[in-house]
Amino acid sequence: MARRPRSSAQVPRRPAPDRRQRQVVTPEGVPLPFTIGARGARALALLLDQILIVATMAGLSYLLFSLARAINLKANASGDFVGQAVVVVWVVVMFLFRHIWFLYFELGPRGATPGKRALGLRVAARDGGRLTTEAVVARNFLRDIELTLPVIFVSTALIQGEDATVAGWAGAAWFLIFAFFPFFNRDALRAGDVVAGTWVVEAGRDRLKAALSTGAGAQGRSTLTENRYEFGEAELAIYGEYELQVLERVLRENREEAMVDVAQAICAKIGWNSGRGDERAFLEAYYTQLRAHLERGMRFGQRKADKFS
Amino acid sequence: MIARWFGKNAGQDAAVEAAALRSDRFRQAREGDWQRLDAIVTRIEGGRLRKLSDDDLLALPALYRTVVSSLAIARETSLDQALISYLEGLARRAWFAVYGPREGLGAWLARFFRGGWSAAVRGLGRDLLIALAVMVLGTVVGWLLVSSNPDWFYSLMGGMGDDVRVPGATREALRHTLFGQQDQNGLSMFAAFLFSNNAQVSLFAFALGFAFGVPSVLLLIHNTAGLGALLWLYHGQGLTLDLIGWLAIHGTTELFAILLAGAAGIHIGRAMAFPGDLPVLTAAAVAGRRAAQVMVGVVLMLVLAALLEGFGRQLIDSTTTRLAIGGTMLALWNAYFFAYRPARARVSN
Repeated sequence: MARRPRSSAQVPRRPAPDRRQRQVVTPEGVPLPFTIGARGARALALLLDQILIVATMAGLSYLLFSLARAINLKANASGDFVGQAVVVVWVVVMFLFRHIWFLYFELGPRGATPGKRALGLRVAARDGGRLTTEAVVARNFLRDIELTLPVIFVSTALIQGEDATVAGWAGAAWFLIFAFFPFFNRDALRAGDVVAGTWVVEAGRDRLKAALSTGAGAQGRSTLTENRYEFGEAELAIYGEYELQVLERVLRENREEAMVDVAQAICAKIGWNSGRGDERAFLEAYYTQLRAHLERGMRFGQRKADKFS
Repeated sequence: MIARWFGKNAGQDAAVEAAALRSDRFRQAREGDWQRLDAIVTRIEGGRLRKLSDDDLLALPALYRTVVSSLAIARETSLDQALISYLEGLARRAWFAVYGPREGLGAWLARFFRGGWSAAVRGLGRDLLIALAVMVLGTVVGWLLVSSNPDWFYSLMGGMGDDVRVPGATREALRHTLFGQQDQNGLSMFAAFLFSNNAQVSLFAFALGFAFGVPSVLLLIHNTAGLGALLWLYHGQGLTLDLIGWLAIHGTTELFAILLAGAAGIHIGRAMAFPGDLPVLTAAAVAGRRAAQVMVGVVLMLVLAALLEGFGRQLIDSTTTRLAIGGTMLALWNAYFFAYRPARARVSN
């Protein structure tokens, strides 16, 4: 098999490629970048959810039983039929509560439990298609097997005392296998994700930043001298898309010393004498004209990844 | 379209004129649509779905496609990194909204009870028969083992200290475990059943399916072997039918649940061992999603079995009535799973 051409010919080199970056092709055929949720964040989200679940269960029970006491209903084992029925309903709801919690939130419009929302995580279909209800049900049901069962197993073994060592170790091994499952695959999938065809990704949002190429400096006008910065073809041909992105980052961060450094580097490269104190205007002008130059090339099918290409 | 770009937004036109770069003009012409989608998605993310107007909800898919195509164009024509990453983020957020789960918990449950559950059970196909065969085999093996050597009873049933149900027990002692326990507290029985290891067995049977189904089969055999041993014990004192009645009232539901769980586990195991044309992970995922649906039903069946055991068995003290209730439950489950096929029900894997 022939080796694929080096991707650096098309894609600008990144300083440190993020190992959690993934591309998913949407049903429209457009690749979207996703970031796999960090394992630590997911563990924290789970812990947060468990705390909230226990707190909600305790709160609901307290409310229900103070209500029962208020209307003088004997809601306990020795009570009458109504009292026992209330307890039965309560037991069933508590038994199913953790399932209800996860399904209600993950199938709702927000698409994430409070714990996941707090940590900026979301569940998505790995193939880029629709996240089906069945997939959400499957991944949440398997949590019981990964987490709840071994915990119950170990705790009953501890309570019963006899044969505790064997059962305890078996339960612990079970728990550990599933708990460390996400560490043994690239996409940090837990067993439920494997079965459901899902993964957990970051769901960050950012605002549209103003275009740098439409400001006053972008027109090429110096703030100090009313001069216009005009760069020739040769002076713009030095850099590629990667350098343009670095320049964009420097301009957006807007740190004085970084801009001075970059302006000096560019000036040295194109053989200009830099004027002190006007770096931002100089850089904005160079950014805009370099972008115009490179985008013109793109329209003719010529891309320049970086200064080496 | 053209009227919208050139007529209404006079101020925007001026900005478009002023922009030096073609890619900036592209951005300014479409920014309105992006901001609208941004606002809609932000409201959805905030859980304020009700406050969304019908217009906005209808516009969502179209706006999403606009943004996706804007992104595709921007990647080919623009080097504004901030713009591209914004569009990527916006397209991703809109993708979550457009391709997220279509129905909430309530709607799914309604579909689940109206055909989805029984379709998933039928989808297990011959794994149901395998599980049934294994359970029958386990019972027979249990019986044969204990009848050949009564010592097996202790290893099959576990050594519970003060249980009177041991080989050599008198007929009266055994009879007493089946009848006349109305004074027992149904509620604690119910709770004990629900949170007992017995109910967890079915969950284990399912969970163990991931090891190619082998542990599921072993677990089914082990548990039904106990049943066989119990049958042998009561048979020896001529109480077979009474024991069956005592078991059947909740057992038809409970054993059916265990059968389904075992079948679900075997289903996953078989899909992984013999994935056919699919990649192993895909095969496991298809089988797993179907099995998980079945298991949601199993949990509900176990709750019902707990109610029947906790209350039904204490209140009803006659073998005939117990058998009638157990048989009815069995018939109902069979009818629901295999005869109930509403035309509307669609099951997706």
